[in-house]
Amino acid sequence: MSDLSTTPLYDLHLELGARMVPFAGYSMPVQFDGIMAEHTHTRTAAGLFDVSHMGQVILSGADYATIATAVESLMPVNAVGLAQGRQRYGLLTNADGGIEDDLMFANKGDHMFVVVNAACKVADIALMRAALEPAGITVTEVTDRALIALQGPGAEAALSVLAPEAREMRFMDVAEMELEGVTAWVSRSGYTGEDGYEISIPAAQAEALARSLLAMEGVAPVGLGARDSLRQEAGLCLYGNDITTDTTPVEAGLSWAIQKNRRTGGGRAGGFPGDATILPQLDTGAARKRVGLRPEGRAPMRGGVALFAGAEGGDPVGEITSGGFGPTVGGPVAMGYLPDGLTAPGTVVYGELRGKRLPLVVHALPFVAPGFKR
Amino acid sequence: MKFTEEHEWLLDEGEVVVVGITSHAAEQLGDVVFVELPEVGTEVTKDEEIVVIESVKAASDILAPLDGEIVEVNDAIVDAPAMVNDDPQGAAWFFKMKPSDRAPMDEMMDEAAYQSFIG
Repeated sequence: MSDLSTTPLYDLHLELGARMVPFAGYSMPVQFDGIMAEHTHTRTAAGLFDVSHMGQVILSGADYATIATAVESLMPVNAVGLAQGRQRYGLLTNADGGIEDDLMFANKGDHMFVVVNAACKVADIALMRAALEPAGITVTEVTDRALIALQGPGAEAALSVLAPEAREMRFMDVAEMELEGVTAWVSRSGYTGEDGYEISIPAAQAEALARSLLAMEGVAPVGLGARDSLRQEAGLCLYGNDITTDTTPVEAGLSWAIQKNRRTGGGRAGGFPGDATILPQLDTGAARKRVGLRPEGRAPMRGGVALFAGAEGGDPVGEITSGGFGPTVGGPVAMGYLPDGLTAPGTVVYGELRGKRLPLVVHALPFVAPGFKR
Repeated sequence: MKFTEEHEWLLDEGEVVVVGITSHAAEQLGDVVFVELPEVGTEVTKDEEIVVIESVKAASDILAPLDGEIVEVNDAIVDAPAMVNDDPQGAAWFFKMKPSDRAPMDEMMDEAAYQSFIG
């Protein structure tokens, strides 16, 4: 355990009785009061998550347009057209059209702020340095700030106590604000399917801010266990499971993240890794697609379960990439890849669990309607 | 009550032995969402995986603690898996078995030994 990194909230987690687990090289809380209770609390009140293990990166250069133009060589997104004070979902693609990581990037006026997955941050930063530094962009990993997510319908009321302007933010807005005398970088976003905020603050003040938020009515600490069940119900991908270097954005159902001007016929079409694979798929579709799945019985079916077209015989046609119990749905939920022709909602497929084939129904994503504040 | 290193408890009721999982095991598993029990009448062998229990986090197996026949199962925990978290050493028993060999029970831990085993 000694080789694990810790976040600035580590001592607080222990004090709050967290069960700690290794995750992406960090000792992280998997649960406090219990995954089910924390999940439900986030959907009905507000959950406070420590996501300090994620990578925070600043891209700086002559101006935002210069940075964004360079970034568009790495991602199939419209970065140049992102307005100041706004954030967008992005994907780092590879030459085969696969996904190296998914991330959030924000136009902060004179720089771009990027948040990447913990397990990918070393590779992402190396990739960005190699591609962007020759274009005059400086890539700086932010290592002295914590990242806290405050998620749920009660998040706005809680954060507004410290900074009333938080109330005025719309979904995917970013802003800097003073929280207890410290400058926080705040975005109205998250990964739970609920309204909420992600708050980057200096490491030294992170515990004090977390304590202030936790002292508020309706705010409770939530671990990675519920973070996973919340994002699954919201139909959101976990990098390494649902999206990998072997899945393209189109296969993953993430075509919405590729804006029109980067597609064939657009003003800045192509020019990103894997464009020769991804652009045709955007027009004609992919041979397989990520879908939502609801097991018909009560047994959860988790990542790795093979999917079959029929109840008997035949070769696997796909695989579950994430799955478990959805506390808000009140039953098992899953997602996975199925070939074209088996992806329509209502289609019945079979998962092989402990030697038995059990039926699942293809279900539209998300499983739970989002609570974003548009 | 006797306890195994697999975190099961056994209650000898004379003809049959009642089996469940310990409070410690239930707490470690977290919120139980699914239980699959063996069929009544099944002949089981010690250490055979006979129960599947899934929490929000993960799936685990429960092993037969003795050789014998399953004579009754607790369908209530299949319908309401959360009972396993609420009352693991009482109402949420898993199955009753008629052992063909009770000898291994003599080697099992008593309450005090189990408490020190889980530290």
